Amino acid sequence: MVTAFLLRALDRRTAIVLIAILGVGILLPVLNLTMDPSSPFHVPTYVLTLLGKYLTYALLALAVDLVWGFCGILSLGHAAFFALGGYAMGMYLMRQIGDRGTYGNPLLPDFMVFLNWKELPWFWTGFDHFWFAAIMVLLVPGLLAFVFGWFAFRSRVTGVYLSIITQAMTYALLLAFFRNDMGFGGNNGLTDFKDILGFDIQADATRGALFFASALALAAGFWICRAVIASKFGKVLVAVRDAEGRTRFIGYRVEGYKLVVWTLSAMMAGVAGALYVPQIGIINPGEFAPANSIEAVIWVAVGGRGTLIGPIVGALLVNFGKTWFTSGMLAEYWLFVLGGLFVLVTLFLPKGVVGTLLARDRKKPVEKPIEDVVAPGAVGQAAE
Amino acid sequence: MNTANAQIANAKAKDSLLYLDGVSVSFDGFKALRGLSLVIEPGEMRAIIGPNGAGKTTMMDVITGKTKPDSGDVYFAGDTDLTRLDEAAIASLGIGRKFQKPTVFESHTVWDNIDLALAGDRKPFATLFHRTSKAEIARVEEILETIRLSDKRDWLAANLSHGQKQWLEIGMLLAQEPKLLLVDEPAAGMTDSETAETAILLKEIAKTKSVVVVEHDMTFVRDLGVKVTVLHEGSVLSEGSLDVVSADPKVIEVYLGR
Repeated sequence: MVTAFLLRALDRRTAIVLIAILGVGILLPVLNLTMDPSSPFHVPTYVLTLLGKYLTYALLALAVDLVWGFCGILSLGHAAFFALGGYAMGMYLMRQIGDRGTYGNPLLPDFMVFLNWKELPWFWTGFDHFWFAAIMVLLVPGLLAFVFGWFAFRSRVTGVYLSIITQAMTYALLLAFFRNDMGFGGNNGLTDFKDILGFDIQADATRGALFFASALALAAGFWICRAVIASKFGKVLVAVRDAEGRTRFIGYRVEGYKLVVWTLSAMMAGVAGALYVPQIGIINPGEFAPANSIEAVIWVAVGGRGTLIGPIVGALLVNFGKTWFTSGMLAEYWLFVLGGLFVLVTLFLPKGVVGTLLARDRKKPVEKPIEDVVAPGAVGQAAE
Repeated sequence: MNTANAQIANAKAKDSLLYLDGVSVSFDGFKALRGLSLVIEPGEMRAIIGPNGAGKTTMMDVITGKTKPDSGDVYFAGDTDLTRLDEAAIASLGIGRKFQKPTVFESHTVWDNIDLALAGDRKPFATLFHRTSKAEIARVEEILETIRLSDKRDWLAANLSHGQKQWLEIGMLLAQEPKLLLVDEPAAGMTDSETAETAILLKEIAKTKSVVVVEHDMTFVRDLGVKVTVLHEGSVLSEGSLDVVSADPKVIEVYLGR
């Protein structure tokens, strides 16, 4: 059932995007490992890490687009799910340090020794196992999203009010994680990681593997989103975005649909965060900052809302811009540029870069209506 | 409400398709409905008229579960208490609603609009793995034929004319396979020929389903030629054929000023 669900969405454009993402995911680490540093084809490790970070951002943007672009839920708190996934991974990485910390305590991470804690808090149990952390990466953001969505969507909170409470949610988490007695390293967060699954986290090969894992996660996320959107479920989502009342009156329980897609999106953001942390080497409460969530929305807007490819392109473009801009003397003006970019895109490119290109593509007089009608029939026959 | 009352209400509601008794709704002190009572028989077509603020839209909101009444009974098909259900559950029971302003899914094609409205499992995971069957395709074709939009199946709904959107919305209601259709001002903003065609379309639909039409346009109501209920200030003022109600002095007073 799931295989058929995924295969149905595999049209030409999807296949090209998947191959492109995976191709980059393999090519760059290979060039990094096999090429001599003097060769023009050599990819320095710092570039690999930087691009790996962009890929996790792209996955976050994809998650935002799934709920905003297709269901009209403008989340200004998706960085919270990203950060929670990151913390779950960070906790695993902390436990891998073992007695190599500054205080040499085999059980407790440094910050707990520093706080004079005698034993590991209960919620750190299990994080010495990778499989446990991996489940938590999905479960914690998913559960928070589910509970949040359960109340918000049932109470029919929509539009700007929903956006505001998502912002409040991430801000509340920011304040909570800043506190030392929360048990997540307070202000400093979690850092000084040594290895992941037994491999040195600083080694080029590990970096390459993490880069590939990020590309793989992005490709998988893209495919899943395509399949969701191509299904009847996806059509209901767009219907909710266009006319929520109408959708209810033809018998769809809208809150259920929102809850499913919202939780799925939060889990994708969690995976993105989990891949971000080992590449960056730190997770701290700053990741919960409301501005981070807003930045993710800007990536989606720049790339093109409701296109799935757009948010990936947008995340890469804006972050290339950010890296380039903030490494020069113009660094302090970056936020003005980002804000200006958002205004300009909203005014002159409301469909975003990819959205505008796709719309131009569609205007070409290539007609394909007949194929569209026949397609469901062909599918139906194949199923029988 | 106590059980004895409920049983009495049930007994009265038994043979009707839709049964409203003593329904009152107020918003911040404004009484939109005051003791409204109305019975629709299975297979009946009814026109509801009334000046602005008479409570026509609120009545539809109560029937479809958008608004909960402060008091009164609302029963569907004899024994289903609609006041306890939400919009989606009521829609699944077989009550379809057309809004005053045509509301269709603008960024979907005409085909997809009908396909989404097609009766079937509405649960998220059912639609996630749903595959369109041949029977469903045939049903969509049939409805497109009825609403005269077969040649526009691949158009985005946003590109349809106002009248075509009205028809598409009626088509979506048909796809739901409802027992009762609530239609709010179907002729509003239509050209004369579109209005006449809409009347024909509704009469065709009324052969197999109960239809309640709220309308301002008297020519249109005359075209329908059905029993008319006049609402005024949240309750029924007069009921009968169009000629009877037009001759009713209470109706004349309300419509022609006091």
